[in-house]
Order: sequence, then C-alpha cells, then structure tokens
Amino acid sequence: MPSGSQLAKALRLGVAVAALTASAGLAQDAIKIGVLEDQSGDFAAATMVKVNAITLAAEEINAAGGIGGRPIELVTYDTQSDNTRYQEFMRRVLQSDKVDVVFAGFSSASREAYRPIVNQFDGLAFYNNQYEGGVCDANMIVTGAVPEQQFSTLIPWMMEKYGKNVYTLAADYNFGQISAEWVRNIVEANGGTMVGEEFIPLGVSQFGQSIQNIQAAKPGFVVTLLVGAAQASYYEQAAAANVNLPMASSVNVGQGYEHKRFTPPSLKDMYVTTNFIEEVDTPAAKAFVEKFRARFPDEPYINQEAANSYIAMYLYKQMVERAGTTDRAALLAELAKGDVCFDGPSGKVCLDPKSQHMSHTIYLAKVEADHSISFPTVWENIAPYWLGEAGCDLTKTDPSAQYTPSSPPPAN
Amino acid sequence: MLPTLFSFLYQFGDAFAFLVIASMGLAIIFGMMGVINLAHGEFIMCGAYTTVSLAQLGLPLPLAIAGGALAAGLIGMLIEVTVIRHLYNRPLDSIVATWGLSMIATQGVLIVLGSTMQGVGTPLGSFTVGGFSYSTYRLVLMGIAVLLLAGLYLLFYHTRAGVIARATIQLPRMARAMGVDTGRVYTLTFGLGAALAGLAGGLYAPTMTLVPTMGATFMVESFVTVVIGGGDIFLGAAPAAAILAVIRSGMTAWQGQLFGQIGLLITVIIVIRVLPGGLSGWILGGRK
Repeated sequence: MPSGSQLAKALRLGVAVAALTASAGLAQDAIKIGVLEDQSGDFAAATMVKVNAITLAAEEINAAGGIGGRPIELVTYDTQSDNTRYQEFMRRVLQSDKVDVVFAGFSSASREAYRPIVNQFDGLAFYNNQYEGGVCDANMIVTGAVPEQQFSTLIPWMMEKYGKNVYTLAADYNFGQISAEWVRNIVEANGGTMVGEEFIPLGVSQFGQSIQNIQAAKPGFVVTLLVGAAQASYYEQAAAANVNLPMASSVNVGQGYEHKRFTPPSLKDMYVTTNFIEEVDTPAAKAFVEKFRARFPDEPYINQEAANSYIAMYLYKQMVERAGTTDRAALLAELAKGDVCFDGPSGKVCLDPKSQHMSHTIYLAKVEADHSISFPTVWENIAPYWLGEAGCDLTKTDPSAQYTPSSPPPAN
Repeated sequence: MLPTLFSFLYQFGDAFAFLVIASMGLAIIFGMMGVINLAHGEFIMCGAYTTVSLAQLGLPLPLAIAGGALAAGLIGMLIEVTVIRHLYNRPLDSIVATWGLSMIATQGVLIVLGSTMQGVGTPLGSFTVGGFSYSTYRLVLMGIAVLLLAGLYLLFYHTRAGVIARATIQLPRMARAMGVDTGRVYTLTFGLGAALAGLAGGLYAPTMTLVPTMGATFMVESFVTVVIGGGDIFLGAAPAAAILAVIRSGMTAWQGQLFGQIGLLITVIIVIRVLPGGLSGWILGGRK
C-alpha cells in the first residue's frame, strides 16, 4: 500500500496533468472506487470476500471496456474491524484520493461512524450489507437486505411452524438493538410473546448463563442476532449443552458461514433469510459461484455480502453510463427514474428511488443436521418498502438520518 | 430448589474455571517475572490452533491439547530468549514488545492460515438436572481448573525446581551465587506461563470459534483476574477468580451478560482503589 500507491498516485497525477494539457483523453481517466472493508480483526471472516467480489466485478468490467470506456481503479484500505479506521480512511479516500464512489462497511456501527463524513464531503457511498434498516440518506445507496425483507418474512413463518413464544439473543449495539425492536414488533403484531431478550456485548464468547436463561424461558425458537467471531461461539456451546431449539437469524450463515466453521449438528434447525448464499440453486447463482471460484479458488465461502458488493458494482456502472458522468446529482437523477435494475447472482434486483435501498428475492435457508442447506421457501422480489411508507423520500428531501420503528421520520 | 442450586453452582464453576484457566499463564509471567505479557491471548490462540490441527490429524483430544500447550510453551521459551530477556526491569518496553508480538502473531496467522479454521466440536455430550441441560465437558473444565491450581502449588512449593524458581525471582543475585543458572530459570518460567496459556487455548478450543483474534476474548478476564489478585497466584489469582466468578455469574443471571461485564469491571475499579497491591498484596501486607 504505502510506497506503491504513492508512486501510482504520482504517476496518475502526471497522467492527469498531461491529459489536461492535451485537453483530450479525459474520457480515458480511470473511475476511482474506494473500497473500505475489514480485511483483519473480528469481522474479517465475513468481509474479506467482499473485497474479492469487488475485484472480480472490476476486472470483468475493465475487461469489457470499463465504465463508459473509462477503466475502474480500486483504492482499497483495510479497516481492521475498527470504527476509527473507517473514519480515517473515509476522509482519506474522499479528500486525498478523490475517489468517485466508496464501497464501505460491514457493521452498522462502522456505517454510522463513516456516514457523517460522506455527508460532510458530499460523497457517494454504497453500503453492501444487510442491516437493521432505516438509513434515509441521499449520500448512501444500500444494496443489503433490510428488516421488512428479512424479518417480516422470517418471523411469521417461524411462529407458524414453531409456536408463538420467541427469545431474542442479540449483539449489543445499534444493529442488534434495532433488529430486536423489529423482531419484537413483528412477534407482537402476530399475536406472539417475547419470552426473553438478551443483549450480548461484542466480543463476549462465553454463553453458559445465557443458555440457561433460554432454557428457563422455554421459547419455541431463538432469534440469534449475534455478530462477530467471538459471539459465534454461542452455537457450539448451546449445542454442547443440548439446547436443541430451532434458531432464526438475519445475519448468521449468510454472512459468517457458521455452518461451515462448526462441527455438525451445532447449527441444526437454523433458519436464515438471505438474498444470496453459495448454496442457492439457481443458474445465475451457480454461474456466479463458478466464476468466483475460478478467480479466487481459496475463497472459504461466497456469502450474501459478496453477491451484494458485486451487484453494487454493476448498478454503479449502469448509473454512470446512463448519466454520462460520475456526478452524484446526475446519478441520483437516474436512480430516481426507478428503473435502475440488474439481473445478477441473486436474480433481478432494482433500486428504490425513495429510500435508495434495493429490492431482493429472499431465500429461507435451513441448516440441516449434517449442515447441508435446504430452502423451504422463497419470497420473490420484496421491495424495501418500509422507509418509503414511513415518509422517507430522497427524491424530495435528504434528512441524512437513520429511522427506526420507534423513531420514524417526522410527519410533515 | 435443588436444580436451582445446581444451576447456580454450575454457572459459578463455569465462570471460575474460565477465569482460572485463562489467567494462570498471565499470572505466572506477571507474578513471577514482573513482565506484563500483552501477547498472552496469542499464546492462547497458538494453543487452540495447534490443538485443533492435531485433533484433525486424528490425535485424541487430550493429547492434542497437551500438544497445544507444548507448542505454546516452546514458542514462549524461544521468545523469552530472543526478546523478553533483553527487557527485564523495563516493564514499559516489555509491554510494547509483547503488544508488537501479539499483532505480528494475529496478522501472521490471518495471512498464512486464513480468517477462520473449522472447529472440532465439544466432546462428552450433555446431561440434565431438573429441566436444564448442561454440557459435560464444562464440568471437566471445572475439574481441570482445580487440578491446575493444586498442580502449580505442588510445583512451586513442594519441588526443588519450584524452590529454585522462587529463589531466582526473589533474590536473583543470591540465587546465582548459590550456583543457580538464573537465565535458564527465567526461560523455563516464561515457557511455563506460555504453556499454561496454550493449555487454556487447547481446553477452550472445542467450545469456541477459531479465528486469529480469538485470544482477545480471553484478555479482559485474565487481566482483571491478575490485577485483582496481585502478584501471588495462590493467595491472589485463585481467590480473585472465585470472587469474580460469583459476581459475574450472579450479575449475568440477574440482568444478562452486559451487567456481568459491568460487575466485573466495577469490581476491578473498587479493588485497585482500595487494595492497590491486589488481594495477595493485602493478605501478605496484613501478615507483616
């Protein structure tokens, strides 16, 4: 990174100056894409693949002539699962690297850490992660799935099958807290009862007491919203204590491929709503997995975020080519037309103009006793409707805020 | 009533075992040598990775765990000779050096072995007491924690090697005058501390996620135990682990994991304010 990129920067500067003096060849300038993802630290297992997915898409696009004739140049930094690094590198890519767009972030804490900086420099960032929903910010485009896609489908289905008593075990930060609120609301709306809720600080790895609290509460199933490598120890410990309850999640398997990392049957009867995992059995998904493995043979798992990052690259390409510029206002004007769509690894997806979130086909993935995956049901083409219905309309105003069911957009 | 009592004892024992097993290596290296070893978590990770690799090669788990402890111990001795030896009586420098080692180890493992490793699964199954089911392996861990304390006590107070080690720590020059190779004693003591950390990793490897950063999840608990305990393992770390286990399991049962952690940290703040030498400093000070 240091001396190589310095040299490259000097070279690029030279090229740019030469191009300007010749007042030609501007079209040949590279489109610079900042990539801020965790390549080390607690989240690395789930996020290193995102960088590879972005690299794969960039190489494909460049091989096919780039974006409107301009090649893509990636400016990648390792954010180390550390929110401070996100802020530091977000400033760097926007201020000194002057990238056209940034692809950034895994945890919601990191997204909320860097989002004000994107606002400050009026940049454009893609957040390619499933999350707790509610970000209404014209500087952000979100390709990950949100609660109305993951919980409004999953929780009623689970309650029908496993009963109305629900226990939530969630990571104790904005993602877990807000997701747990969604789960609570959906459970209550469907006539169920929350028999327990526990929030686990990030980094906790010992779950003896939590396991007992769950057994005492006797839920029909447990909603596990655990994040990071340390908290994933829960599954092994619950299996060892023979808890034997079905689990439901929006984050597990689809991100951290726990079914590949733990010994069967510790994840037996885990149900996950996800828009992509490598086991999805469609021709498009299979083709994606095949070309991914051809380029990165050692990739441990191609997860939901890999597909979303790859899709995001093509959505960005499409918007730039349609607008004929990388200018954010022009791109959003294209997005506002409501027909920015891409037929990719997870089927056809479209960006929603009001919220700048993405529609998804949601697969219900079930982990079997031998840790193979089956798909009991699929919900086709679910729009990210909640923000729009709640009153967020980025085509009119940009509040740059995050809303939750208990603090929705102010009514005008 | 009985199941509730058993449940409380089990949770206490579980927390106690974790604190003792996680902190013994750190306590020896800090208590005996005055070195604050920030690479403690990476010795744990080394033990865990070695254990799982050996188990996947077909070695029975107890032997694999012994192998994990041995590997961490050997690496510990190597590091003592090459790095730590030159930093005795420079506690701040040794903190920076061991921190550096820890970062090298974490990132090195990430680069060489990737971001995760498949686990081996917890052995021994489960048992049921009044409506609650428990992991049998955790009972074994509790037994091992007690045996570990007893074994270390015997080693340091009832063997010749233990007397020599304590003599070297207390009065190195006198020990040297009596013909003790103090350099070797330091190497072996550091190696023992590293091996105990490796043992912790090996013992907990079947119950946890195997990632390069896994050592970090042991760090808070082990430092808290050693800080509260003070320099002496038996008068300090062991009772500290017992007290912290009561606070942690009680608070967690009452209000959840967050309060368990808060309880742990508030206890540290109070203890270091009231007893700056830790429990052992207070007990030994009281004797004078």
